[in-house]
Formats: sequence, C-alpha cells, structure tokens
Amino acid sequence: MTITELRKKFIEGSYTPLDAYTDTRATIDAKDQDIHAFLDVYDDGRESAEKATNIYKEKGEETPLLLGMPLAIKNNILIKGKKATAASKILENYIAPYDATVITRLKEQGAVFVGSTNLDEFAMGSSTENSAFGLTKNPVDPTRVPGGSSGGSAAAVAMGAAVASLGTDTGGSVRLPASFCGVVGFKPTYGRVSRSGLIAMGSSLDQAGTLTNSVRDAEILFNSINGKDPLDATTINVDTYSQVRAKDTYRIGIPRDFLSNEGMDPDVLQVFNDTIENLSKVGHEIVDISLPLMRKGLAAYYIVMPAEVSSNLARYDGVRFGLHVDGDSLLEDYMKTRAEGFGDEVKRRILLGTYVLSAGYYDAYYGKAEHLRTMMREELLQVYKNVDLIMTPTAPTPAFKIGEKSDPLSMYLADIFTVPVNLTGVPAISIPAGTVDRDGISLPVGVQYIAPHAGDERLFDFGKKIYDEGVMQSE
Amino acid sequence: MKREDIEHLAKLSRIAVTDAEADDLAKDITSILGYVGEIEEITSSSEIEKKVGPLFNVMREDENPHESGLFTEDLLNLVPERDGPYVKVKKIIGDKA
Repeated sequence: MTITELRKKFIEGSYTPLDAYTDTRATIDAKDQDIHAFLDVYDDGRESAEKATNIYKEKGEETPLLLGMPLAIKNNILIKGKKATAASKILENYIAPYDATVITRLKEQGAVFVGSTNLDEFAMGSSTENSAFGLTKNPVDPTRVPGGSSGGSAAAVAMGAAVASLGTDTGGSVRLPASFCGVVGFKPTYGRVSRSGLIAMGSSLDQAGTLTNSVRDAEILFNSINGKDPLDATTINVDTYSQVRAKDTYRIGIPRDFLSNEGMDPDVLQVFNDTIENLSKVGHEIVDISLPLMRKGLAAYYIVMPAEVSSNLARYDGVRFGLHVDGDSLLEDYMKTRAEGFGDEVKRRILLGTYVLSAGYYDAYYGKAEHLRTMMREELLQVYKNVDLIMTPTAPTPAFKIGEKSDPLSMYLADIFTVPVNLTGVPAISIPAGTVDRDGISLPVGVQYIAPHAGDERLFDFGKKIYDEGVMQSE
Repeated sequence: MKREDIEHLAKLSRIAVTDAEADDLAKDITSILGYVGEIEEITSSSEIEKKVGPLFNVMREDENPHESGLFTEDLLNLVPERDGPYVKVKKIIGDKA
C-alpha cells in the first residue's frame, strides 16, 4: 500500500484513516512481538485518525496530502511529550520537551503517528543490533538483520505497520535498511531538511530521510518536511546550489573501479548489472566513470563521524537530563553515568573520536579527513559535468544473519557505498532492484542513485520514470 | 594502542572503563585506526581549501524573545536532581585540588 493509494481511498471514503490506524495496530499486534520494529506504540494515534476521518468527509480533495497517513518515526526524532530514547539507556526515560521541525510539519498536515521505531543506539550501527532495548528482525527473513541504523523504520514499512516512516541517515542509515528490507530509502541533500529536534550524531553528516513503498511517496513525504528553518542554521536556500533539472533520459555514470572490492557479493553485483542493462534498454545512457577518492570515503568517515560523535555526546553528563548515576564527586558522577548509560559501540566511537581530535593526531587524522572531503566534492563536481546521475549498489551484500558481524570493522564495510554521499552532502535514493536467493528465501537488493547537490527532485523524476517504465519492480 | 592509552582516552571522554573493557577497546580501536590510516596516503594539495560545503556564518536578528519562563518547568522536569528552580550539581572544585 502506498500513500497515493491510501489517499485515493480516504477521499472516496471506501477506507478511512481510522480503518488504516486500526489495521496498522492489528498488524503491529500480530507481528511486532517477533520483529520488534517499535519501541513505543501511540494510543493517541486513534484520536488523530478519527479527526482526519472527519476532515476527509468534509473537505475531500482539499485536504493536505499526508492527512490521516499512519507514519512511524525513528526514536531519535523528537515528538513532544513522547519518549525519545535514541535506543540508549542514557535517555531511557527522556521525554521530548518540543517537536522536531519535521514533526511540526507532519502534524500541520495531520499525519497520524503510530509509534516510534527501534534503531542502533544513537544511530550508530548498520544492523539495529546495537539497540539497548533489543534488536529488530528483518520481516523478509527473521533470522536476518533489517539493516541499520533506521532498521525499525524500514521493518515497520516492510511489514505493513506504517505506510511510510522517517529515519535519519548519517552514513547510510536510511538507504541500507531500505535495501535490506525491500523499500525505498531517500537521503536528501544536506541542508534541505531541518535537523532541529533530531538527536545529533554527526552534525555535518546527519539528515532526516524517508522510508516508503514507492518513489512517489518519498517525494510526497520529502515535500512536506523540507525547507529553510530558522531553528537550523545549516538549512539551505533555494539558490544555495545551482538548479538541477529533470530530463527525458539520463546519462548515468557507473564507478566501476569502486565496485570491484573484495566484499562485493557476486549475486548482488548481478542484480546491479541487470538493472544497468534494463535502464539502457529503455533509453538511458550508461557510461563508465572513475571515482578514485570514493574508495577512501569510509576511512574518512570513520574519522569525521567519531570526532563529531565525541563532541555531540559530551552533553550526556547526568546533570541536565537523562540517566544519572551517583559517585563520590562530580567527575565520578560523569564517569559512572556515561559508563552505565552508553553501549559498547557508542563508547568505541567516543574514544576513537577523542583520539583523532587529540593534540598531535588532529592534523594526521581529522585534518586529513576533512581535506579528503573537499577533494571528494571536487571529484564529484567534475564527474557531474559529464553525467546526470551516479549509480552504485546500495550495499555490497543482501541482509546478513543476526550475529554474523561481531567485529566492528566488518560491520562498517556494509556502508562503503553510502558514506561518500554523506561526506559530500549530495542526495541519494535506494530503490528495490531485484532479489537474491539465500536458503530458499528471496532477499531484496537495492540500487543507489546519487544526484548532484540539490538534485533531490531529479532523483524523484528518474525514480518515478524507471518505476513507470517497468525497469524495476512495479510500484 | 595499549590498555593505558585507552584508560587515558576514557578519562578524557569521562567514561569509566574496566580492565577487560579497556583491553577490548584497545584491540578494536587499533584495528579501526589501521583501516582509517589509509587516509595517510592522501597528499595534501594546498590549492584545495579545507572546508565542508558552502560554509558561511548565519545570523538572525536578536528580536521577538519568547515569554520568560515559558519552557523552564518543562526543562527542569527532565533534570535528574533539582532543588526548586535550580539544577543540583556536586561541588566542582574538589578538596584535593
């Protein structure tokens, strides 16, 4: 079911927002004990659904596009009066005192929030196994991870417990779970969507993104949440970047050198190559491009991101909000609170970030990594003189087994194709492209399309075309 | 990276670690630093200015303040230890210092 389809029924009155809410709750009751996509389910969703039902009766087509749509929200996005835990013990009882800007905008449209979804603690992970409140399973194959860190948001949409959801994407956290769960995952241009009210991880990388059942739905959701926000000084203006136009057919660059890495699954590569062939059949032009710096992206990411994590998470001190563990002195309060409140991966990244920012190492690590980011942006700018879009697999593998990646570094490699996008700030979308067979189960595989800065609308135009032209699975 | 290095970083990060945790962290962080070390190969070219995106200062007019105290109670309710309108904190300057 898509937003577009629901909307049609809501207007006709053959199915109401209240029906949708009731069915959504039934789905959650039936499936979520096993999948655990949700951390909280909101009973007051019924009230907004009832209200929406009445407004449709009165106003029909004159209503906002998201009125009455049952949405799930990643639990690092603040909804006033609801728990915002970021799946961390340190925020276990934290009640959001205000709405994130994206939530304010969804509320203005009359969207219905069905619940908050699970994530890797503070969005740090690629599998949703790092949640302090238990892992989330992949609805396609419950022995596998849903991807992360927005694993709960992806699983919720994939199992029909929400028509769409919001996630956050710092290094691939919307696109990777979208690929693993077989839904559309969209990460906007950095600065197009306000970060006000998102629990910060890496401030120069974070962006709210959407998980939906169609490209058109991603566009609808994006249109309602984007725009300049006085509460986030990094939101951009319409003229910050030059205009990126939609086209009839697109010239698509394939970074072949980037694809030949040792972790690349041959079946996933096959799905990718089949997609290329289909795109070419329907008239898009495919060219080989070289992006030698992208391969270094993951290394730069694991310097820049932990550096920003170490400073952003300094605020969890047990004094102003969140968990407090008492010690003999103020210093001991800090040490004990943070030792007890943070999980292993969070500690690892804070320490790593503290290291790369410390005197004597700053230039060798953080300085170099920031320099590399600039060089990567230059490299992209050059390539976009020649192509309209860049295409890669979203992830090198399909969803992996729960517990399979115990070594942190092997987990990080799942994000090799997605992190360069965040480092450079461009928009990207993961669209289901096919499946690979594992133990008799068809696991979804996504393909990632990357546009130039502010090319979000081009991605929607292209994505809708390839759906319409039947290149991918039908909408 | 040794256990002592981790203990130093942990202190800077205000996170207490046990010996076992420190040993695990030493192993993991050494391996991660080995991987990110490939960034060393990047030769700095002075022509490229070091910057992240189109950076500029964003200012706003200092006007329309909200009503004083509007959010005070909401925020104080989140404080682990409060004393009336105050946030309670242990004394910062220790006896030994």
